Amino acid sequence: MDFELNEDQIAFADMARAFAQNEMEPHAAEWDQEQLFPVEVLRKAGELGFCGLYSSEDVGGLGLSRLDASIIFEQLAMGCTSTTAFITIHNMATWMIDAFGNEQTRQAWCPDLTAGQKLASYCLTEPNAGSDAASLKTSARRDGDDYVLNGSKIFISGAGSTDVLVVMARTGEEGPKGISAFAVDAKAAGITYGRKEDKMGWNSQPTRMITFEDVRVPASALLGNEGDGFKIAMKGLDGGRINIATCSVGTAQAALNKATEYMHERKQFGKSLASFQALQFKLADMATDLVAARQMVRLAASKLDAGHADKTTYCAMAKRFATDACYDICDEALQIFGGNGYIKEYPMERYLRDNRVHRILEGTNEIMRVIISRRLLMQDAAEIL
Amino acid sequence: MKVLVAVKRVLDHNVKVRVKSDHSDVDLTNIKMALNPFCEIAVEEAVRLKEAGIATEVVVMSIGPKAVQEQIRTALALGADRGIQIETDTMPESLSVAKLIAKVVEDERPSLIILGKQAIDSDNNQTGQMLAALTGMGQGTFASDVEIQDNEALVTREVDGGLQTVALRLPAIVTSDLRLNEPRYASLPNIMKAKKKPLDVKSAAELGIELRAHTELLKVEPPAERQGGIKVASVEELVDKLKNEAKVI
Repeated sequence: MDFELNEDQIAFADMARAFAQNEMEPHAAEWDQEQLFPVEVLRKAGELGFCGLYSSEDVGGLGLSRLDASIIFEQLAMGCTSTTAFITIHNMATWMIDAFGNEQTRQAWCPDLTAGQKLASYCLTEPNAGSDAASLKTSARRDGDDYVLNGSKIFISGAGSTDVLVVMARTGEEGPKGISAFAVDAKAAGITYGRKEDKMGWNSQPTRMITFEDVRVPASALLGNEGDGFKIAMKGLDGGRINIATCSVGTAQAALNKATEYMHERKQFGKSLASFQALQFKLADMATDLVAARQMVRLAASKLDAGHADKTTYCAMAKRFATDACYDICDEALQIFGGNGYIKEYPMERYLRDNRVHRILEGTNEIMRVIISRRLLMQDAAEIL
Repeated sequence: MKVLVAVKRVLDHNVKVRVKSDHSDVDLTNIKMALNPFCEIAVEEAVRLKEAGIATEVVVMSIGPKAVQEQIRTALALGADRGIQIETDTMPESLSVAKLIAKVVEDERPSLIILGKQAIDSDNNQTGQMLAALTGMGQGTFASDVEIQDNEALVTREVDGGLQTVALRLPAIVTSDLRLNEPRYASLPNIMKAKKKPLDVKSAAELGIELRAHTELLKVEPPAERQGGIKVASVEELVDKLKNEAKVI
C-alpha cells in the first residue's frame, strides 16, 4: 500500500492548481455575485483535458482513474467550488454517454464533450422524486423509431446553457426497473427551461427546471438497454459522490489555508491570532479532519477503480463524512475570520455557501446513511469492514 | 533547425523561503520544487518556434540529481521533443554548468540555444554569458522578442535605456527575460505523453568535465525584518532622521 501520489498525479495536480489559481480563483467572487456561468473558462478547461478525465480515449477522453480525477478536481475546487462542481457533473454525464451509449451516440456527443466544446447536464431529480428517485414520473413512450418524452426535471445544473441532457425516464413498470436513460439534444423541440433558480451558493452555474412536452428522441439515443436507467444512474452516482466529496475537500483546504494565513496576519490584544491556543487547537482539529476526509474520499475512489463489491457503500461513507466534515471546516475557518468572515470581501462565506449543498445533492447525507446501514444490516452477507 | 533549451530545478516561486537555523543555506526540506520561471519561458519560446515551423526539434537538458528529471518532464509536457539529464550529486556552479552545456552543444550541434536569463534561487545571471564565451557564439541576453530570419536571430533586448535589437549569426545563444512570452499550461494529455518521450541520462564524467567549486558559501541570512514606522513631530526631526538614521539625503 502506498499513500504517496505518483509522478503523474503530482504533475496533474500541479497543473490543475496553477489553472485554478490563475483562471478561476481571481474571478470566483464575481462569478458568484453576478451569477456568471464561465463558459470560456470551461472551454479552456476542456482544452487542457479536464472535461473528459475518465472517459474513453477513442472519444477524446483521458481514461484516467477516479482516484486521478479526484486528485485533479480537488485542486480545481480550491479555485472555485461551484465551477469545479459543474465540471465534475459534466464529466459524469459525459462518462455515462461514453460508457452506455451506442457507437452512433458516443461519436455524436463525446468528442465535443471531452474537449469542452459542448457541455452536458444530468437530469434525474423531479418535483416529486428527490431522495426517492426510483419513483420518477417522466415518461418515455416508444413510438416507431422514436421515444416520446413527457414530464419535468428540477434542479438541473447547467440547464439552458448545456448542449446535451442525460435524462432518466420511465419506459416500463413502476419502480427502478422501469427506468431508462437517454442522451437528449438540449435544443430538441418540446423542451422548455424554467427560470434560473435563486440559490444560496453554486452561483457560477445556472440551475433550472426542464419540462419535456412530446419531445421526440431517436431510439438510438437510449443508453444501455430499456430498463437499465436506474442502474446507470446509481453507477454514475457512485463516482458523482466521490466528485462532490472532492469538491468539499478542495474548498475546505482553501478555507484552511486562508484561515492559517489570517492567524499570522491578524492581531488582537497585542499579539497575532496564531499565538492563542484556543485558535491553534481549532486549526489543528480542522487540519486533522481535512486529512481524514481526503483519505476517505481517495479510499472510496480506489474501491470504485478496483470494482470492489462494496464500492457503493464506501462512496456513500466518503460522501457523508467528507461533505459534513468539510462544511464544518469552512464554518470554523469563517469563525477564525470573525466579522470579516461574514462579509463578501473575503471568500469565507462563499466557501460555506458553496459547500452547503454538497450535503444535499448526489443523494442527501441521510440517504447515504440509508445505503450504509442497509449494507451493514444485510443478513448472511460478507463482512464489510 | 534544432533548438537546445537548458533548464534548472529551483524552489517554486510561490514558496516562502526559509533559512536553516545554522544559517548554512536555504532550507529545502519538504519544499515544493519547480521549473525556474525564466527557463519555462525559454522552453515556451522554443516550442513556439517549432509550432511556427522554424524549429524542427526541441531538446531540453538539465543538470543535477535524479530529481531534475521532474523538470525535464515538465518541459517535455510543454512540448519539447526529448530530454537529456547530466547527472551530478549536487547542483554545480554556473561555470561548471556552462561547461557541461557547452559539451552537449558540441554533441548536439543546435542552431539556437535558449536559457533563462537567471535562476530565481541563486540569481547569478551568468550561465548564458559564460556559455557564449566557451562556445564563441554570439549572445542575446534579456530577450523580450526573438525572430529568426535566414541564418540570423534578431533578438530584442531589454536594456536600461529601453530596447535594443541585435542580429546574431546562428548558432547563437539567447537568454529569456520575463516578457518574452507567457508560457502555456501543459495539458493533461501532454503530461501523459511526456512520460513516453526519450530522456537520456549522462554523467558529468562521461562528458569529460570535472566539476570544480570556485566559490564557497559562507552564510545565508534572511532579510532584516521590517520595523514598524514612527511618527515624527516636526519637519526638522524628519530631515534629521533622513540624514543621520536612514542616511538617504
